[in-house]
Amino acid sequence: MTRVLLIVLPALLVMALLPLGVGGYILGLLTLGYYYAVFAMSWDLLFGFAGEVNFGPSFLIGVGAYTAALLNHYWLWPIPVCLAAGAVAAVAAGAVLAVPALRLTGPYFGLVTLVAVLLLQNVLVLFAGITGGEIGLDLPDVLAIDENTNYYYALAFMTVSGGILFGLSRSPVGLILQASGQDAIEAAALGFNVAKHKLTAFCISAFFSGLAGAMLIFYLGTASVGTVVDIAVGVNVIIAAVLGGRRTIIGAAVGAIFLIGAGEILRPLGQLSTFVVSAVALIVILFFPGGFMGRLLQAGGRE
Amino acid sequence: MLGLQILIDGFAISSLYALGAIGFTLIFGVSGVLNLSHGAIMVVAAVIAWWVGGFGSGPYLGALAGVAASLACAFFTYRVIVRPIQNSRAIPREEKEIFVLTATLLWGIMLQEATAYFFTNNPKTVRPLVEGVIMILGVRTPLNEILTALLSWIAIGLLYLLVNRTRTGKSLLAASMNPRGLTLLGFELSSIYVLVWAIYGVLAGIAGVLLGAFLGVSSDNAGVLTASAFSIVVLGGLGSVSGSLIAAYVVGYLETMTAYLVNPSIRTVPVLLLLVAVVYVRPQGLLGRR
Repeated sequence: MTRVLLIVLPALLVMALLPLGVGGYILGLLTLGYYYAVFAMSWDLLFGFAGEVNFGPSFLIGVGAYTAALLNHYWLWPIPVCLAAGAVAAVAAGAVLAVPALRLTGPYFGLVTLVAVLLLQNVLVLFAGITGGEIGLDLPDVLAIDENTNYYYALAFMTVSGGILFGLSRSPVGLILQASGQDAIEAAALGFNVAKHKLTAFCISAFFSGLAGAMLIFYLGTASVGTVVDIAVGVNVIIAAVLGGRRTIIGAAVGAIFLIGAGEILRPLGQLSTFVVSAVALIVILFFPGGFMGRLLQAGGRE
Repeated sequence: MLGLQILIDGFAISSLYALGAIGFTLIFGVSGVLNLSHGAIMVVAAVIAWWVGGFGSGPYLGALAGVAASLACAFFTYRVIVRPIQNSRAIPREEKEIFVLTATLLWGIMLQEATAYFFTNNPKTVRPLVEGVIMILGVRTPLNEILTALLSWIAIGLLYLLVNRTRTGKSLLAASMNPRGLTLLGFELSSIYVLVWAIYGVLAGIAGVLLGAFLGVSSDNAGVLTASAFSIVVLGGLGSVSGSLIAAYVVGYLETMTAYLVNPSIRTVPVLLLLVAVVYVRPQGLLGRR
């Protein structure tokens, strides 16, 4: 635990001081990276601990983002209310998805979550008159115009969510989740309600995904299928979490920031940038399955 | 008239879906791998067939090159990505599945991006093996559409004969039922896996080339192709070949009917809803075993 704090606190300090030294371009990039970090950490709670492979993180993200966007666009609700509504909607959608889906295991659960994304995407495109379809929905309000303020919002949000998720993963609840993920029957035999714990994990994951999705669109100023719902978004979240080191929460954040940064650094390569990022991620998975943070933070101390 | 049109178009597209999904289900049945680079491999086959065929070497040589490219991709997928993960000691056994899924997904993205880089992501139509149209009871049908259905069924038929009538094929079947028992009988499991991936490569290659000639293919389609194979296979029951065949026709006809009778832009929606319903009510799929 102290080792984790020794790594995380200086890193946070550097991140907090960054606006003094670097330009708006890099800050904007990191802001995006921090929101992705929350997506990836929420996903890791579900996969790394509860052992459920959610192929559709962007379903939860998208529901949160579009709920907030619609309320703001049509009824001009203030941002905090929209954010809360987005998070609640994501939890509700997550529960509707999870209650039946958690009866399924492995690839079946994965497929249902994948189908949920495809359905959401189809619905959004089908009702393009209301949702803006592929083009997106512009928002009258934004979080802040100033880059520094936006950066600090994102950093604070990531720190708080990361703290809660990490604390949860190291708490007794996290251990029970881990036990249910690794051997559900034995965990149940020990008297733990596996389904209840997994459902809780799903709802927490949904809460932070939805909230982060809603924050992200108020930062970007538009909500579009390509930025919060598309399968590619979910794929990036999964890659980030596995790359950073599954079952570490913090690794997921590192992976997400790395992924966003690498995508930008490699932009001069044009179309090949996605190729290179995928290749790097594949090499990490094949040769260092623990990810960046695996050795450092593995909760079970397996190594 | 419209009914007949749906019947003919639906049959062709369903046969193609069946061929595309059957390799996918074979790999899962025998070695327990869900290969998420499936769509990308089909795209590579189609694009190579288009490229080689474009040099004036004719559609046959192009089709052959496409299938060869797909075979090479399948081998690479197994040797460089799937096998190292399966043999890795650093990855706990209960997590191998997600690692194979993530790794093949990444590999699929790499194939897709490489194809887009070298050949752009514009849609490409492979020159069909036969040209011309015939009228079936008043419905204009391209000969290529008939050939697509025919070739799909020939390939499926050959696979059936291989699995059920030959010694090698029976060892495949045995590997899907009880791999350990098979090794005890003195069979080399790894050579069986290589064989399965080779069969898979050929099937995916044929499916890709036929798809490229029938509908045209762009590298952007890779994800959708993987998703549709995945849905068909789950609908039919993971690992069940006959289940996949039936599911392919259900999906193909449902999509064609939606496109013709309701609205082409929602052609995949009824399939997705059906899929969710089936997975909830009968998670093992139509013909799957628990």
